[in-house]
Amino acid sequence: MPVLQDIVVAIRSDGDIVAARQQGRSLAAAIGFTATDATLIATSISELARNIVLYAGQGEVMMRRVEVSHRKGIVICARDKGPGIRRIDDVLRDGYSTSGGLGLGLPGVKRLMDEFAIESELRQGTMVTVKKWLK
Amino acid sequence: MEVPILKQGRFLIATIQAALSDADLLQLRRALIDKVIHFRSNGVIIDVTALDVMDSFATRTLRDITNMIRLRGAGTVIVGIQPEVAFAMVQLGLTMEGVATALDLEEGLAHLQQRATGKI
Repeated sequence: MPVLQDIVVAIRSDGDIVAARQQGRSLAAAIGFTATDATLIATSISELARNIVLYAGQGEVMMRRVEVSHRKGIVICARDKGPGIRRIDDVLRDGYSTSGGLGLGLPGVKRLMDEFAIESELRQGTMVTVKKWLK
Repeated sequence: MEVPILKQGRFLIATIQAALSDADLLQLRRALIDKVIHFRSNGVIIDVTALDVMDSFATRTLRDITNMIRLRGAGTVIVGIQPEVAFAMVQLGLTMEGVATALDLEEGLAHLQQRATGKI
């Protein structure tokens, strides 16, 4: 298996959302994910990158291959220095949205991936880290 | 990336050919509404076979297009949602309630023809 470099995609506008999810799909395929899982990963990246554009204006999506005791997978980290999230519990509830969107973003991403973590501080920014493991 | 829209009698066929940004999707919405009004179309097919991701924004925009076109008295059919894309949409919690879907262009046209002749 060749060494796969970290991929960082700067997110500044909606066009970058497409670039991020395409890079994510390529990396997922290189790691060995099925087409279905690669689609789940690309869709998650799309939602995370859109949150950056909508709420923070700009940020980045980092993705890399991970290997922990014979388990292989992908980790994706979406981070911004935006306004932060006041009530994290609310944004993790289905149907909640402050942007007039569908309110499915984060709970949906949580369902698509195997692991999900969010850190956010008001006026400092938000970081969402998700992982998916090869089955 | 502009989506080509073909006129076929009283139907319009929009074939998405590559990944679309949010701005591209909004452009498609504008172009379709304009053409439905201009040509007095009574049916629209949007072929999404080439889309490898349909996230919340794409789903919402396609649903908005369908609703707007319905208010003009015309029907819309979304054709070609890929199986992996359908799987991801359901997992994400996205539904296309109230939006007609069909397997491919042929079935989409058949649906619109039935609708135009009042069978559905």
